[in-house]
Amino acid sequence: MSDELNIEINGVAMQVAPGTMVIEAADDAGITIPRFCYHKKLSVAANCRMCLVEVEKAPKPLPACATPVTDGMKIFTKSPLAIEAQKSVMEFLLINHPLDCPICDQGGECDLQDVAMGYGQDVSRFGEKKRVVKDKFLGSLISTDMTRCIHCTRCVRFGQEVAGIMEMGMPGRGEHSEISTYMERAVGSEMSGNVIDLCPVGALTSKPYRYSGRPWENSIHDSIAPHDCVGSNVHVETRRNKVMRVLPKENEAINELWLSDRDRFSYTSLTSNDRLTQPMIKQGKEWKKTDWQNALHYVVEGLNRVKDTNGTDHIGALVSPSSTTEEIYLLQKVMRGLGSNNIDHRLQQLDFSDQDKMPAYPCIDLPISEIENIDAGLLIGSFTRKDQPIIAHRLRKAAKKGARISALNSIDYDFNLELAQSVVTRPDDVSVQLAGIVKALADLSGKSIPQMLGKDIASVDVSGSQRAIAEDLNGSEKTCVLIGLQAMAYTDSSSIRSLANAIAELSGSHLGYLTAGANSAGAWLAGAVPHQGPGTSELNTSGKNALQMITDDMKAFVLLNVEPEYDCANPNEALSAMNSADFVVCMSPFATDTMREYADVLLPIASYTETSGTFVNVEGKWQSFQGSIKPEGETRPAWKVLRVLGNFLKLDDFDYLTSEDVRDELDALTSNVSTNPRSEMSTVTLNGSSTELTRIGHLPLYAVDSYVRRAGPLQETDDALGAMIAVNKNTALKLGLDSSHMAVVMQSNNRVNLPIYIEDAVPDDCAFIPTGVAGSVELGISYGPIEVDAG
Amino acid sequence: MSSNLNPNVNSGKSEGLKGFIKSLFLFELMKGLSITGKFFFGKKFTLHYPDEKAPISPRFRGLHALRRYPNGEERCIACKLCEVVCPALAITIESELRDDGTRRTTRYDIDLTKCIFCGFCEESCPVDSIVETGIYEYHGEVAGDLYMTKEKLLAVGDKYEKDIAAARAADSAYR
Repeated sequence: MSDELNIEINGVAMQVAPGTMVIEAADDAGITIPRFCYHKKLSVAANCRMCLVEVEKAPKPLPACATPVTDGMKIFTKSPLAIEAQKSVMEFLLINHPLDCPICDQGGECDLQDVAMGYGQDVSRFGEKKRVVKDKFLGSLISTDMTRCIHCTRCVRFGQEVAGIMEMGMPGRGEHSEISTYMERAVGSEMSGNVIDLCPVGALTSKPYRYSGRPWENSIHDSIAPHDCVGSNVHVETRRNKVMRVLPKENEAINELWLSDRDRFSYTSLTSNDRLTQPMIKQGKEWKKTDWQNALHYVVEGLNRVKDTNGTDHIGALVSPSSTTEEIYLLQKVMRGLGSNNIDHRLQQLDFSDQDKMPAYPCIDLPISEIENIDAGLLIGSFTRKDQPIIAHRLRKAAKKGARISALNSIDYDFNLELAQSVVTRPDDVSVQLAGIVKALADLSGKSIPQMLGKDIASVDVSGSQRAIAEDLNGSEKTCVLIGLQAMAYTDSSSIRSLANAIAELSGSHLGYLTAGANSAGAWLAGAVPHQGPGTSELNTSGKNALQMITDDMKAFVLLNVEPEYDCANPNEALSAMNSADFVVCMSPFATDTMREYADVLLPIASYTETSGTFVNVEGKWQSFQGSIKPEGETRPAWKVLRVLGNFLKLDDFDYLTSEDVRDELDALTSNVSTNPRSEMSTVTLNGSSTELTRIGHLPLYAVDSYVRRAGPLQETDDALGAMIAVNKNTALKLGLDSSHMAVVMQSNNRVNLPIYIEDAVPDDCAFIPTGVAGSVELGISYGPIEVDAG
Repeated sequence: MSSNLNPNVNSGKSEGLKGFIKSLFLFELMKGLSITGKFFFGKKFTLHYPDEKAPISPRFRGLHALRRYPNGEERCIACKLCEVVCPALAITIESELRDDGTRRTTRYDIDLTKCIFCGFCEESCPVDSIVETGIYEYHGEVAGDLYMTKEKLLAVGDKYEKDIAAARAADSAYR
């Protein structure tokens, strides 16, 4: 291009775009300039001075990270002047840095150590006392040794620029400056673990990994993070068949080089005491260890017994949406081979009425990397920041560029981006709000309200914020409507889906579902839904969905990494369904006492680090991974277990040699599947808003699956909610609740005592009581009427 | 050809009278016995091992030991440098955060059947914890006897700390 500038680095001529910093040009050319504070994803601070280089005609060395290139610039990174400057800076940096490399966890992957090898002197000229800084408490994930800090401020800039909450700062001047949190509070960002990677020295290190290993002894395996629909690329680091830690793998298209804390630290669950390592069968009341042969024959007998006495429609399967595609595909193949279509992964969903109209699989028709380029967006029932931190980061980037992003939620969530409009309303009022937006959009765009939505829409009143949202969506070029986890769990989620479709249609927006688990898209494609087979193939009859299965008196259950009392939308009903079933097969990496009560067979399956498989992320990208370690004890990858089960049940076509065979079979079946997330709209009936006390019961981010629930360090963070009831001041007053007492909460004829929190983020006449946590298991559906009494 | 080059083949008989006299008076035997006699009555070299032992250098690389500080605290800080430098992969270390907040090993094993006694572990140790002592008299009777665990290594260190410290002191000028 003609507007590129000609520069020369170390005598090598190159052309770079104007505005490029010298260090970027050098990095692109493969010329290494030492640096500490510069990071390609963060703003330029230029405070470490390590990257000083000589520039022709400049009287003094210049910092490469903060010097933009000019035409004809001649840069020397290894000239005597540059080396002299770099060595001097190194000497200053090492003055206060302790010589404790042997006990420092950063040893072996330390930027300071590496650069000191090149630019440091072997003897210090500094004879005075080194400074000592008190360590700070940053919570259960990050451990600190602040004396080692070289004040590069990468962590501070990360908090401001990426995580979006200014939690760390550098008070003090000169030698008294210290990196610190405000008021000694733990760092609460859901992406906080990234400061461990960013820290160039050992000042911020991983607490769970502390002192347990060295980087050079770990073998690194590529894998995919299993907790959210993003499919972040990770490196699983193992040593002697043990997962030592999980680090992000750079993938600009998905997670850049960030990783959420959930994906980073969930490996700590793999060594949980609950880990099941031996197939077990229940004989009478006794649990007996057995071998796989026996256990699987027992399963075959049990399933055949139920099939013969009650018929196959009394056998149901519940699948974790974070299972691999291969596992899900084989389980549905087993179930459909038995003649049952009762299989579902939508464990948190309460409204299935529009399932026939759903798209082939829920996805976003926009690559994840493009989300940061939207001009306006609407989040419906989504706490994106905690549910899909990587997506939230992209949205934040968009907002920083000026995108007008609005949210419509039933709790006033603490977003890390500036919302254009934030509408907080009761869960049953969300659809009314959406209808208002639809109507406003129809007015603005001059299009008519889609007829399929019915007549109710035309009669709603449009509020100011609804109009503002509609204006943002209508007036912007690239817009996106995202349906979140909470919206998918509402009791009228079908209306929300229809209205969201209408909004996308009227405003020409992209539409996306931010789905549960790592593999909801894969589960849909593999046929883990009762109404369609793999690759959206049609079925003769439709089976029972997740909610029907637990209410319809099933006689046998096959559970794939599901703990019904935590994973299902109606934990109480789910648990009693398990207890009353005649035969329950639990395929799970973990076993609990609850499980031992209702299950008849416990099959230990390999965890996500021990099996090969594929996750399909929310943009429809298939990402396969290999096992990083050998399965623990007698555990086996679930796809192998299901393959042998298929053989034992004498079903056809169960002769797979590898998980790739399974994947390829499904891949062929899904080759023609549409990737359009739009669906056919259905009639929306709007009920007048009520003042009945309603429960808001979404899964907290550290309760989403069996791994996260057992990850000790995550459970110690502030984000790990326990059982509680949160109401706002008005509701508390109305119900006579105060936070010094316990509330008695009644739902589905059960009562539990819960601690009360007064939280103004909850709308009037609503109570936030999380599902998926120990104290709320006795309660019923996550969204619905409840009764609360002062204790 | 080769017979001409070998002096032993032609010695004696072919030398005539001179040779006859030499063989008559057993000259060669006497010559040989005189060497035997010289050593027989001279100063003896042989050590009566195990009653007598040869002196060893302070740098001798024998059985390994883990040392402690005078206050009884183990020196090892689990930096794992010995493990990574070991060319025979004989060292296995596992470490943890001990309750008092220090970095310590939970496992420190040296497989003596793998060890080649190169002394790199000792050289790499930043805290003089792992050392090779002057002990060379040890054996194993069953499998595992020569697999030194942390307890065994610390026991060796405790028992011979005086000798170990003396050897380090003797060599300190050259280190």
